[in-house]
Amino acid sequence: MSDTGITLGAVAPPAGEAAAAPAPSRWSRFFHWMVEANVVMVTALAIFSGLFVGAILIIVTQANVLHAWSELFSHPGTTASVTFFTVGDAYRDLFTGSLGDPFVIGHAIRTGQGWTAALTPISETLLYASPLCVAGLGVGLGFRTGMFNIGGQGQLIAGAMAASYVGFEVNPPAIIHVPLCILAGFVGGSLAGFIPGFLKARTGAHEVIVTIMLNYVFLNLLVLALTTQPFQLPNQQNAVGRTIFPSAQLPRIFGHNLRVNVGVLVAIAAALGVSWLLRRGTLGFGFRVVGANPDAARVAGIKISRATILVLVISGGLAGLAGMISLCGSDYFLSSGYGGTVGFDCITVALLGRNRPIGIVLGSLLFAALNVGGRSMQASTGIPLDLASVIQAIIVFFVATPGLVNEVYRLRGMNVGQGLLTRGWAA
Amino acid sequence: MKLELTGITKTFGSLVADDDVDLTVEPGEIHALLGENGAGKTTLMNVLFGLMHPDSGEVALDGENVHFADPGEAVRHGIGMVHQHFMLVPVFTVAENVALGFEPTRHFGLLDRRQARAEVHRISEEFGLEVDPDAVVEELPVGVQQRVEILKALSRDAQLLILDEPTSVLTPQETEGLFAIMRSLAASGRSLLFITHKLKEVLAVADRITVMRLGAVIGTTTPQATTEAELATMMVGRSVELVVHKETAHPGDVVLTVDDLTVEDPRGLTVVDHISFDVRAGEILALAGVQGNGQTEIEEALCGLVELASGRVTFLGRDITGASPKLRLRAGMAHIPEDRVRDGLVVSMTVADNLILDVFDVAPHARFGARNLGEVRRSGEENMRDFDIRASSVDMLVSTLSGGNQQKVIVARELSRPTTLLVAAQPTRGLDVGSIEYVHKRIVEERDRGAAVVIISSELDEVLALGDRIAVIYRGRIMDIVDPGVGREQIGLLMAGVTEDGAGSGSPVAALAPEPPR
Repeated sequence: MSDTGITLGAVAPPAGEAAAAPAPSRWSRFFHWMVEANVVMVTALAIFSGLFVGAILIIVTQANVLHAWSELFSHPGTTASVTFFTVGDAYRDLFTGSLGDPFVIGHAIRTGQGWTAALTPISETLLYASPLCVAGLGVGLGFRTGMFNIGGQGQLIAGAMAASYVGFEVNPPAIIHVPLCILAGFVGGSLAGFIPGFLKARTGAHEVIVTIMLNYVFLNLLVLALTTQPFQLPNQQNAVGRTIFPSAQLPRIFGHNLRVNVGVLVAIAAALGVSWLLRRGTLGFGFRVVGANPDAARVAGIKISRATILVLVISGGLAGLAGMISLCGSDYFLSSGYGGTVGFDCITVALLGRNRPIGIVLGSLLFAALNVGGRSMQASTGIPLDLASVIQAIIVFFVATPGLVNEVYRLRGMNVGQGLLTRGWAA
Repeated sequence: MKLELTGITKTFGSLVADDDVDLTVEPGEIHALLGENGAGKTTLMNVLFGLMHPDSGEVALDGENVHFADPGEAVRHGIGMVHQHFMLVPVFTVAENVALGFEPTRHFGLLDRRQARAEVHRISEEFGLEVDPDAVVEELPVGVQQRVEILKALSRDAQLLILDEPTSVLTPQETEGLFAIMRSLAASGRSLLFITHKLKEVLAVADRITVMRLGAVIGTTTPQATTEAELATMMVGRSVELVVHKETAHPGDVVLTVDDLTVEDPRGLTVVDHISFDVRAGEILALAGVQGNGQTEIEEALCGLVELASGRVTFLGRDITGASPKLRLRAGMAHIPEDRVRDGLVVSMTVADNLILDVFDVAPHARFGARNLGEVRRSGEENMRDFDIRASSVDMLVSTLSGGNQQKVIVARELSRPTTLLVAAQPTRGLDVGSIEYVHKRIVEERDRGAAVVIISSELDEVLALGDRIAVIYRGRIMDIVDPGVGREQIGLLMAGVTEDGAGSGSPVAALAPEPPR
């Protein structure tokens, strides 16, 4: 009947007079931390929930486990052990496949042999994480400015195309060629980001719609490019791109056998850069103000249209950089549908990391580990990779709904919901 | 109807909104509930009206304990509430609004309009509430809309009427009209609970006064037994200066000239209608008027937030008509916006960041695109001390501060840098008495330092206390610019659109005057 009666939420509670309570002991602080809702706790519980639901799925989908459960009353011991070992094996493979097997690593340390085998999992995880991280940083930066950039896929393709063009068209020494490709990737992505930014600033066209539509534009533009010169591999009927020169390939960091490359350093640099921008840069401060309260931004003399364009240019540039990293780091040539789901997974990673650079770095690592480890789990136990995807999805689901985690685990004091993910469509 | 609240306690987490509150309202009594924002008045009323459930305590009507699961039940028990923001359907007629929710129907569920209209007639005659049942609500002045709200409550046979800050939208004359209605309702044996933070009104209309502070009842008294100063002391917990001390103004050169300013709203209606005025250094020009008469648009025009339909704004001899907000700020303007949470603050950011919100990118707060966080913190701490902002540190989020302290953050930000012109809109809206005192003192200091000041306020007390000259706005026009010495009565009439020669475009008694443009 009345909603104005309940205005308490909007009005700040009476002045929190600087309450100088006696310092609580470390243990009680730890206890409070455990039961209090905070970002770390909620994320940890979300991961736990994902693994828990995953375990249930393993139980109900694996024939041998189900069979063991049918004998729950006659052979409860068998039921328990089969369940335990199947789930345990699966998760062990998930772990060793993504981070490495402790025994193999131990062996390598003792003997100095077999380093490649020991480090391949972690190398693959880092390789997978780098583009996700960079593109996720772009999405996170957009979110912080109140901008939902779903155009990662298109911007990534634009960046990859620009980088590949520079990669196969010119052939200077690597010391020049690699930075040139990095630059090209960023510029290509920013141009793709400029379009929705400009349209939003000028006409108010909603960035969600424009970026989604541009994804299709770039996807098909890529197909067109790959079937015509100069992108198409000569003497080819299929949509396959020309291979970039070796001088354009991102150098591998730990020898030729491990695929991890300079792209990881680019990702770290991007994370540091975005972190600096948001914490110390005046530009980033303006972004944050616009994202948190555009009305106040306008009154304070911040130009919203300028922030809109700039943030989408940078966000798109980062997505383009991600495309460059996978192209020059591991793929070396374009193909149709390039980039796969990275352009969308990076949104998930930004949500996982709550739009904070450090969170996005960790989120991309988790995401990559689940993917790389999931493949190894599939290979050795026959549990499909899709299960890893389900676990990922559940983790994100819980991270994105902190209220649900609070409800399930009865945490106290909600202070996690404040992180503005994005404003609604009406923005 | 006799209302007894005993031992009402309501907590939100660690915040105790109401702490063991006792309150008794006798039949036929106008009982004022006085308290600052956050004193627990609204929570108490929400508990009474069934919108919230108390942690402990009893509600009794005529000696019988009652528990309301929802507002509908409260209404059935004879409790009516007139909300601060009206709950009317703007495009419906008065009769339709009154009938809404309890529609009298004929056969086949047809709405019985005639009966609804008759009901409105009956009640308005009984209590002297003049309203045309066929008038469309959105075309009525705010004071009459409020009458419709009261009618609505009475048509549900309310024996206890709760009025939540009913005078905040009314002119002084409309307020008098409301008080007359309240008295006649009390005379008919109904009980009225009048929630407010305005001391004068409480003394004018209440039979008994209960003062709340920080969720607890401080005491109950009568208008005869107390004074404004005493009530203010009870509300705030310390003695308060109710009068602004200021010397006579010594106006200097003209700082701001507004010439033929016209602003249209998005629908193309003129909301600011060819107004002109100027403001000199060292004087306060107060723009008075009932809310929604174009003041907000004047504020936006002065600060470069709205496109002008016509007119020129000159600041220190420079034409700044088309200048951006940033340029104006850099040129020495300061701006305290009307809606502090929407326009003045980013409540999800820290006190330190909010204290530099409009100078974040200039030295000493930043250099070459990099923020100087050390300096931001240092100047933030300095401002917190100088402007008495109560927060445990500059790293606190602004959302955790009280309204008064939030406003102090804005005041500190705008007044801590050299200012030639201060535009302050509703600078004390929603603030408690103590904070009002402080903000007023700061604004007068700014004037004495030589700044030109434009105050936009719908509070007559504030206008009279601060203004060296008072421009009264009505429907987007300046009715007159007067000296504060002319008194409340005349300014009140101007606010209602009545000029001295009686050639006004409206009259406070004309119930059906079209609504002022908003």
